[in-house]
Amino acid sequence: MLAFLFRRLIQAFFVMLTISVISFAIQGKLGDPVQQMVGMTVSPAERAHLRQELGLNDSFAVQYWHFLKNAAHGNFGISYYYKKPVLDLIFERMPATLELAFCAIILVAIFATPFGIYAAIRPRSLLSRLIMAFSTLGLSVPIFIVGIFLVYVFSIQLHMAPSFGRGHTVDVFGIWKSGLFTKSGLHHLMLPSITLAFALMPIFIRLIRSEMMEVLHSEYIRFAWSKGLSTNRIYFIHALKNTMLPVITVGGIQAGTLIAYTILTETIFQWPGMGFLFIDAVSRVDTPLISAYLMVVGGIFVTTNTVVDLIYGLVNPTVKLENHGL
Amino acid sequence: MRYFAFLVSFLALLISHTLPAATLRMAFDSEPISLDPQEQLSESTLQFSHMVFDPLVRWTQDGKIQPRLATSWKQISPTTTRVYLRKNVHFHNGNLFSAKDVVYTIDRLKRSPDFRALFTSIDSVTKVNEYTVDIHCNHPTPLLLNILTYVFPMDKKFYEGRDQIIKFGRTFASQHTSGTGPFIIKERDPGVRMVLVRNKDYWDTKSKGNVDKLILTPIRNDSTRLAALLSGDVDFIFPVSPVDIARAKEADNIQVITLPTSRLLLLQLNQKRRKEFRDIRVREAINLAINQPLIVKKILRGYARPAGQLSASSLLGYVDTIKPEYNLKKALQLMKEAGYPHGFRVSMMAPNNRYMDDEKVAQAVAAMLGRLHITVDLKTLPKAQYFQQYDARAADIMMLGWQSDTMDSNNLFEFLTACPDAKSGLGAYNASEYCVPGINSEITQANREMNLKKRTKILQDIETKVADSAAVVPLYWQDLTWAAKDNIGIKDIVNEQNYPHLGDLVITPPKSN
Repeated sequence: MLAFLFRRLIQAFFVMLTISVISFAIQGKLGDPVQQMVGMTVSPAERAHLRQELGLNDSFAVQYWHFLKNAAHGNFGISYYYKKPVLDLIFERMPATLELAFCAIILVAIFATPFGIYAAIRPRSLLSRLIMAFSTLGLSVPIFIVGIFLVYVFSIQLHMAPSFGRGHTVDVFGIWKSGLFTKSGLHHLMLPSITLAFALMPIFIRLIRSEMMEVLHSEYIRFAWSKGLSTNRIYFIHALKNTMLPVITVGGIQAGTLIAYTILTETIFQWPGMGFLFIDAVSRVDTPLISAYLMVVGGIFVTTNTVVDLIYGLVNPTVKLENHGL
Repeated sequence: MRYFAFLVSFLALLISHTLPAATLRMAFDSEPISLDPQEQLSESTLQFSHMVFDPLVRWTQDGKIQPRLATSWKQISPTTTRVYLRKNVHFHNGNLFSAKDVVYTIDRLKRSPDFRALFTSIDSVTKVNEYTVDIHCNHPTPLLLNILTYVFPMDKKFYEGRDQIIKFGRTFASQHTSGTGPFIIKERDPGVRMVLVRNKDYWDTKSKGNVDKLILTPIRNDSTRLAALLSGDVDFIFPVSPVDIARAKEADNIQVITLPTSRLLLLQLNQKRRKEFRDIRVREAINLAINQPLIVKKILRGYARPAGQLSASSLLGYVDTIKPEYNLKKALQLMKEAGYPHGFRVSMMAPNNRYMDDEKVAQAVAAMLGRLHITVDLKTLPKAQYFQQYDARAADIMMLGWQSDTMDSNNLFEFLTACPDAKSGLGAYNASEYCVPGINSEITQANREMNLKKRTKILQDIETKVADSAAVVPLYWQDLTWAAKDNIGIKDIVNEQNYPHLGDLVITPPKSN
């Protein structure tokens, strides 16, 4: 276990290093940050002076070296636009994203699991067909259309839910601005989390269904039937447990999709989270913020994958972490 | 004491007749990057300056100069103008506004990297007495008042000593304000919202404005912004994209206000890169092959005016007789005469998120040039990348939008069509790499000519020469569009500059239904 974690740490280090090189290398392709900061009429000489001041005229290696040196001290630079340390900014916005993702995951868990199981147990029933049709729809309709549709119906036509923003937030422990404890906060969470859940749900419904169907055809389930075990016990204890293994793996991989989809959802709903911050940073060529975001997201990826591997070991004792992966 | 009591009762009477105070929630597409009014010369910064500060003079909706902190002015010598200032005006932190603040503010503007180019003609400002200043120019300056619309007096006592302007840093002035404006900042979370409350001691007691709280949310996505208005989450938005205008107009209790502007969109044909463009017949052919009215009608849904020249009709340089012309037959004939009956291949670049429908317009232009057998390799880029390419003159045809900072034709000529000259800064956006001979001296002359008639003639002369040489391809002047709930009186407070005078905004109680 410890050896596994240690190896993972080394692996994570190289992954982060690679991300830092890549995120740094693309910076030159994004545009000129100085151009974004000055008015149209500012002279080229004035701009050249600003570029010099920012160190943008140094060679790639020199700039990268400065970045690494500072990053080692936990300093990822100051955002050009917000004029604040970028890590502070990202961590300030992180609660919004995490709460959104959390609510979406809860929705997925509440709906995808029973739907998937039902579709597996009664594949021919009308409800199952409906569920599958819905999941096909969910897979093929882009998330922004879902978002815009929900806004149109529930905000514009029915005035049931706010169309953008996060509403009132309260400080929890002084560091976490939460919208989960106010009525307005929950109200604002409604549409974005449904949108996000809508994007994630189909793949889980399909996965649970197909895994469950496969498991239901396996030898040990047939044995369980012939042994005369109760239906509930077979479905929910014996079959479900084995169904969940691949679901956890895919869930881990889906963490990446989740992050990508939160960017889209946050853009549609003006949700003040990390993804929205990132998209804005890209359009403003706020390079320190872009690099830091990519590093943070890279960190989240590495962490979730490690946690998934650990959970895998807990759920299925036959998996030996020492021999697994790497 | 009796006098005081009288005043109080009088005020009470006055208040009882005004409308109840109201909150305005507005969503524009961008927000000020800093609280320092002199850090960035941008529309957002100037919008913000009009809320928290007051200009010396400002533009009215019909294009006139209106006194604000300057009450009157007169020219006392060819290069000196005396400006009289408003008395009994206080900054938000209580300091009294006077001549020293104006001197301080203009001196600081002359140090600001973004603003100093506008203030080069002003040599110095001297205090005459507490409420009078003299503005000394390097030469007679016909546009002095236009320039003074950019002077938002800052509190000298408050800022001095900690007033450095650093574009990428956190300075005192970028985080703290003390202006004289109708609103005071209460809360600011960049990218999320800014809350302002009414300045109770605002000097302009005649203003009917009744907004006592302003909540600004930047919403960059067009459809999200419109949805926020239609769902009732905000009261006032800008801009509305042309495809959405019809929908917004249909909605209940929503008003859409459109104003024509002098914001020009044009194409520049790079003559240094392409020898074909050096032939005036080719340039004329391109001008003839592009159907501006069709672009305006189909893509901008009529929310622009087709342009055949740089100056819109509100500017001095506008020449009545120059109209956009579309004549494909003549264009093909010209191409043939020039020796390109089978056309040629060119590269073109345009932004895809900078101007209204910029990408679609670029595609339409490419298709129209196709009729001349000119094959266009079009590349559209987000603005951040586009302007880098623009500065490198990376394509044969470039798209550019321009609004005159001074609301005067000469600004367009200076930047777009003057011969590039690094020293004077002229021609900085001349991606045609071509200029009408002698244009620079005429531009300089127009900057010094105090006689309105003579000045108009010079500007019209430049305009005609530019049109005659088909130096650029003007496309259209874009309209600005705002939308708000019916009870928000935006119609009276919006303007071409897009600096809504929110201090004067009147909100009537919504109709109960």
